Amino acid sequence: METSLFRFIWRYSKRDQIILLIITGLSFPFLYYSLDLPKTIINKAIGGKNLPEELFGYPVDQVSYLMLLSGGFLALVCINGGFKYYVNVFRGQLGERMLRRLRFDLYAKILRFPLPHFRRVSQGEVIQMVTGEVEPLGGFVGDSIALPAFQGGTLLTILVFMFIQDWVLGLAAIALYPIQGYMIPKLQWHVNQLGKARVRNVRRLSEKIGESISGIQDVHANDGARWAMAGVTDRLGTIYDIRFEIYRRKFFIKFLNNFIAQLTPFFFYSIGGYLVIKGDLTFGALVAVLAAYKDLSAPWKELLTYYQRLADAKIKYDQVVEQFDPSGTLPEDMQHAELERDFRLAGPISTANLSLLDDEGQPIIENLSLTVEAKERVAVVGPGAGGKDLLVMLLARLLMPDGGQITIAGKEIASLPEAATGRRIGYVGPSAYVFNSTLRENILLGAMHRPVVPVPDDFGDVAERNKNLENARLSGNALDDLAADWVDYEAIGVEQGPALNQRLSELLETVDLADDTYALGLRGTIDPETRPEVAERILMARRTLRDRLAELGMAGLVESFDEAHYNTNATVAENLLFGTPVGTNFALENIAENVYVRQVLDKTGLTEDFIRIGRDVASTMVELFVDLPPDHEFFTQYSFISSEDLPEFQILVGRAERLGLAGMAAEDRDRFLSLPFKLIPARHRLGLIDDDARARILEARKVFATDLPEDLLGSVEFFSADRYNAAASLQDNILFGKVAYGQADAGARVGEALAEVIEAEDLRGVVIEIGLEFEVGIGGSRLSTGQRQKVGLARTLLRRPDVLIFNEATAALDSGSQAKVMANIFKEAEGRAMVWALQRASLGERFDRVVVVRGGRIVETGAFAELRDVESGALKLLLGEE
Amino acid sequence: MSLQEEVELLRHIPLFSKIDPSKLKLLAFTSERLAYQDDQILFNQGDSGDAAYIIMSGGAAILIETDTGPIEVARLKKGDVVGEIAILCDVPRTATVQAKDSLTTLKVTKDTFFRLVTEFPQIAVEIMRELAARLEQTNVQLRAAHSSK
Repeated sequence: METSLFRFIWRYSKRDQIILLIITGLSFPFLYYSLDLPKTIINKAIGGKNLPEELFGYPVDQVSYLMLLSGGFLALVCINGGFKYYVNVFRGQLGERMLRRLRFDLYAKILRFPLPHFRRVSQGEVIQMVTGEVEPLGGFVGDSIALPAFQGGTLLTILVFMFIQDWVLGLAAIALYPIQGYMIPKLQWHVNQLGKARVRNVRRLSEKIGESISGIQDVHANDGARWAMAGVTDRLGTIYDIRFEIYRRKFFIKFLNNFIAQLTPFFFYSIGGYLVIKGDLTFGALVAVLAAYKDLSAPWKELLTYYQRLADAKIKYDQVVEQFDPSGTLPEDMQHAELERDFRLAGPISTANLSLLDDEGQPIIENLSLTVEAKERVAVVGPGAGGKDLLVMLLARLLMPDGGQITIAGKEIASLPEAATGRRIGYVGPSAYVFNSTLRENILLGAMHRPVVPVPDDFGDVAERNKNLENARLSGNALDDLAADWVDYEAIGVEQGPALNQRLSELLETVDLADDTYALGLRGTIDPETRPEVAERILMARRTLRDRLAELGMAGLVESFDEAHYNTNATVAENLLFGTPVGTNFALENIAENVYVRQVLDKTGLTEDFIRIGRDVASTMVELFVDLPPDHEFFTQYSFISSEDLPEFQILVGRAERLGLAGMAAEDRDRFLSLPFKLIPARHRLGLIDDDARARILEARKVFATDLPEDLLGSVEFFSADRYNAAASLQDNILFGKVAYGQADAGARVGEALAEVIEAEDLRGVVIEIGLEFEVGIGGSRLSTGQRQKVGLARTLLRRPDVLIFNEATAALDSGSQAKVMANIFKEAEGRAMVWALQRASLGERFDRVVVVRGGRIVETGAFAELRDVESGALKLLLGEE
Repeated sequence: MSLQEEVELLRHIPLFSKIDPSKLKLLAFTSERLAYQDDQILFNQGDSGDAAYIIMSGGAAILIETDTGPIEVARLKKGDVVGEIAILCDVPRTATVQAKDSLTTLKVTKDTFFRLVTEFPQIAVEIMRELAARLEQTNVQLRAAHSSK
């Protein structure tokens, strides 16, 4: 990274800056004439003195001469405006491009930071620097050279003009400049210092906020909100003080500038007026000078502002850049170099005199020498702070040793590009990170190192793509196309398409994530338009399941959707819609307010029924729940009415008794009307939806479907026995009905039958594929810790690395899953070198060899079976502690 | 069967007979009513218990596992309660219960039961009284058995 702002600017925008300068230079003659012309207009055309007889061979009178000159003036104004516009746009574009470059460079730097550096910088600070702090730099870069040139040139042009008119007036105009030139930098210096402090403190604030977000659970769990708020208040206070001081000083500078600018006309009126009276200066010249002076103050102000911005930008640049240059940063080419096609790291691992120092320079790995044979599986065990994790991180080159070296298959890994270590070595740490994307992409990330199959040339908007690419190139950004296929199929060892899906499926089994993915798949859905063959197979499964349930005598456990029948296991709303709501219009919480639904109820005479049923529901709820405290769990679990609304309904029920339903106000009746929609007769057993009501709801169902206005067509996906419902989950599509309430074990038994049918119809693969499309949320928050870890394992195994290094990689799994996953990985890793730092020494039993690391040294090594019995041996000790 | 009928039935069970009907209604509403196929197992001997079952209709066989296979030691009928000990204290199920004659039960989970009891202590008092009565009866039987030896 360039050490100073101007070096950065000059290196990446030389050409543009020179173009800007040339254009600026070209604009000055026009500017000069636009200043000079008014004098001619006033003195000659209006004053009528020295009027030329003819112009370009044509005779002219005074008025047409005036018009001609005015026209010329107008043209100059337009040309000057045009120049300004062009220069501004050019400058803006240049600034944006440079900002883009700077941000990208900083981000690229972050990716090359040595890992220990992340202990010292906080996420909040770094983000604040890349996003916020460098923002003003963009605007400044465009102005950095052109603005002083332009405004300085303008200033000079105007001054030259003034001196030509009268050197005394010219001198008067700049008489106070030296004073300003002396005082402003002095004052500005203080502001700059404050600016630095402000940047530092805003960073500390972002750090504090970032910290609170990362630790939000602990803030809540320890009632730490007040402490956290006091911390932020403290920092805000410091920032406030600094900013206030900056404002005070800034405005003082402004005041001084303005005052001086106002002072100069004093000289014009007095000296200029005197000269005109004496006849040494024409009146026109004085007016022109005054006009020019008005123009003079603008560039002068701009120059002063520029000076302030320059100071500000320099501070920001220096402060950001110094943060982004930690020692040990990975050289750029090590991250970008590509490998030869057949590059492998299959072979023995050996370390010689390896050492690693902590921040204080104390050794935490000391003279460690270890050899792992080509196909050996080695367990590294030891106490928590003994250095076993550091050792395996060194082997994966996530840490760089302070002494000694590591070779894998005869190659020293310190000098290998990341393309080698990050592809041929597989490393999984104790808490794998899952990115905000689909499960599938998170696993494929393990083999997405560079675009492999480029986007076809005729794909999408070619012009748009080329434009984006050109802009990226001009800003020095990455030129890799995000839309290309990045998956390294060769590394995975399969072809694109079904084979890859098959492989992913296998990997899910290996890491024991297949059942979870299957469950996610059942909850997911597909678009029948794009995947008609899958939809068709699901419909087939729907029929098979129904037959299968009948065969097992379990037909009563699922109540299928039937257009002609009321479904007692579905809500009243579902019965009315006879479909799945799409969007919010007919969602359960809004359906009662929907105008169209109300029309349908009115048309079928259900409105009164619903109000009556609603009243009954309300009175039952009031009776059941009125004695419970408002925060009782029964409310959320069972009640139709929230605890906040219960008192209101209590009043409404009383009112209904007094006045009768018919006598109640419309809004009170509406409150009752909203209640029956959630009723499920078979579950709630309130006996409120009688046969008559059911028949009428069925009728309303018909009316609802036939009269549905066009703009609501997309708001509901109707149930249909022979159509895939895109708004419902895969599981609901196969079930096509409701699991019956009140049948013992219905859910589990139907689930079994469902699984059986999916297996029989060979749909498990499809379901898993759909489960892989599951969006995992920010940081994988929609997955459990164990699931996230399994994704991390699958990601690494996917690309079949030559060497496998695990760092307590299964510690987050529950013990049943842990043994299974470890056994599977052993199978998967057959024939490759594997080093595994274990959270528990007893897990080392299945390894070829166990290495005990304590205090940064190997204290014992050998077969598990032998070491376990060594009297007061290190392993025996560890096992004893477990 | 509607909620009201379930409440009627509960009122005739000694364990619940003294409890306020509105609370019984809440108990019924928050409990699941379950129908069983004949021979379906409610729970197995040795399982940990998380719910009591009140027989609303049909019957259930109580089976004890022996070396020669399970033997039926009792038959439950409408209004009987089974598994209530398990929701009061953490002991494994002492017998297997199997559905007979189109059994329907009301399943009262441990959670629901405890939430009810903590909210309405009079329920606890009534149940305590009923259990004490049962204990007394057992004592009487024991004494009778002892003296007849």
